[in-house]
Amino acid sequence: MDQPNNKRFGMVIDLDKCTGCGACMVACMAENNVPFREDDTDKLLSIAWMRVYRLKNGKSFPQAEECFLPRPCQHCEGHHGHSPCVSVCPATATDYDMQTGIVSQVPTRCFGCRYCMAACPYHVRQFNWWDPVWPDGMERSLNPDVSVRMRGIVEKCSFCYHRYQRALDKAYAEGRRDLKEHEYQTACTQACPAGAITFGDLNNPAHAVHKLAQPDMAHEGQSRNPKAFRLLERLGTNTKIYYLSSKEWVRKAGDTAVQKA
Amino acid sequence: MDSALIPKGVKRCPIGQFAVFIAVVGAVLLWGVVAMFLCYIKGLNQTNMNNAYGFALWIWADLAVIALGGGAFFTGLLRYIIGKDELKNIINYAVLIGFVCYSSALLILAIDVGQPLRAWFIFWHANVHSMLTEVAFCLTCYFGVLTIEYIPLILENRQLDKVPFCHHLSHNMHGIMAVFAATGAFLSFFHQGSLGGVTGVLFGRPFGYRTGIGIWPWTFFLYTWSAAACGPCFTIFITRITEAATRKKLVKDNVIDLLAKIAGWMLLTYIVAKIIDTWYWAAVTAPSMGLTLMDFYSNNPGSAYGLWILIAEVGICGVLPAIMLVSGSVRRSPALLFIAVTLAVIGACLNRWVMVLQTQAVPVLSFESWFTYFPSWQEIATTILPVAYGVILIALSYRYLPIFPQEQELNPIEGGK
Repeated sequence: MDQPNNKRFGMVIDLDKCTGCGACMVACMAENNVPFREDDTDKLLSIAWMRVYRLKNGKSFPQAEECFLPRPCQHCEGHHGHSPCVSVCPATATDYDMQTGIVSQVPTRCFGCRYCMAACPYHVRQFNWWDPVWPDGMERSLNPDVSVRMRGIVEKCSFCYHRYQRALDKAYAEGRRDLKEHEYQTACTQACPAGAITFGDLNNPAHAVHKLAQPDMAHEGQSRNPKAFRLLERLGTNTKIYYLSSKEWVRKAGDTAVQKA
Repeated sequence: MDSALIPKGVKRCPIGQFAVFIAVVGAVLLWGVVAMFLCYIKGLNQTNMNNAYGFALWIWADLAVIALGGGAFFTGLLRYIIGKDELKNIINYAVLIGFVCYSSALLILAIDVGQPLRAWFIFWHANVHSMLTEVAFCLTCYFGVLTIEYIPLILENRQLDKVPFCHHLSHNMHGIMAVFAATGAFLSFFHQGSLGGVTGVLFGRPFGYRTGIGIWPWTFFLYTWSAAACGPCFTIFITRITEAATRKKLVKDNVIDLLAKIAGWMLLTYIVAKIIDTWYWAAVTAPSMGLTLMDFYSNNPGSAYGLWILIAEVGICGVLPAIMLVSGSVRRSPALLFIAVTLAVIGACLNRWVMVLQTQAVPVLSFESWFTYFPSWQEIATTILPVAYGVILIALSYRYLPIFPQEQELNPIEGGK
């Protein structure tokens, strides 16, 4: 259960800084051995744990504006860890970790029923429609800390959990029981050339992510920062990805209700 | 050639004609088997599903056949528990149809999962909070019950019945069938409900999500109710088709009338509950999630039906057949009765279609648009496969087993054996 020293790893993505370069996507794919195909143009069949959306304000020149929105797994907490996907998985192949706030995915446990995909409104859960085929020689560059997945199962962003384990191992070897902020960072955070992504423990007031997100834990992590919003907040998914934008139309885009506008 | 196997006192078509029929349906079955093996060997890339449409034709087929197979548990409940004795004349067929439906659902599910060899994980690593876990457990147990209910029928085959063990086993199984009917009804209430819960609990999907009581969304109860209403309609529907195919009357009108009347009242009460549920969802639940009713029915690409799908499901295939079936004069007209049960069957299928497919299609993120899907031939073939299998099993059962107790009386054979 929720302990006072539990962590809630989360992310703040400053959309004013994001240029849509896609470095986060590339870093994520390389770090997590995400499979790809020779022709990966159909984005509904391809896998990307981190996907950058292009948002437009729908106006014509000169009022036309656009914004890029990187979308990793939102690591929903829901109400007390009742995230949309975790509760539906029939084989306990996904779990909400109360100690880290990370929604895990166990590829060897998943049997590919895809109920979690139907449950996730963010489409972060993607299916291996094919077995991975790596170009010649690429097997040698795969990350040994992340198991490759096979056809017929679902996968998604893990907040680079293997990095957390590696950092913990190092800390334990040094006789420490806690990590410094910089010791556990996701690949996308480190790859972002604009510094748009901030990652850390939302429960730790010393972490930059806490200062930016200003989560109000009395109200399921709702941000006190007027520039911040979370995707589909009103559905009660209680996500741990906070977006910052100075533009109101971008902040509104995170809500379902904008469709009526 | 096979006359020794045919029940006494009834007439069947020549074996040659029967063989041709089985061969034709068998060809369709073979087509489905080829598609099934393609899915097993090459994977689910053989389908037109995608990351936005993870649930598609197969899940719809599962939900639909299980709803329609509900005739078995509800007729059993009426016959053995409530004591509607006339229904003993159709219970065999209801069980057979239920057996076909449930075995079909299990077959489709076995194709549908990405890693079929790991399908047992659902039992071994069960997550008790998942509606699908409850479905898997209840469905498997109930299929066992249906098998137990079907076995005495097989044992009543003319040759098997000559074996004393088979004769006594069949007799004794009939004697305790009420226990299995009660077990079947108990299990069905849960798995039919859990299937309703599959989309009802998805609080990230405003189209499918429903509030409810405790952990059970309203769809939990609506699915059980609609299965109890439309399942018997499907039993009548298939009985009428069988009568047309065999050119014989197989069940007396009073039996059909009683089942249709009960189904009609179930359907009428169900559709009232469904309308209240739809209104509450449209007026309260969806707006609380930032959406209005018309957000779900406007601008969906590739289809101009809009609200018509809701009108078709609730009105044309819900209210209309319910009113028809509670009317005695409609039930007395074979044509109108057939139209009413057909509409009710379509209504149940349409409801499952909408709850599975439209839930996937509706965009939730404001910067996404509607998702479209059309099944691949492999999906269509594997969905038709159980239909072909069902036709063959029904044909074989009809030919060699005494499925219809009233057949002999309704179709006397002069000097017949």
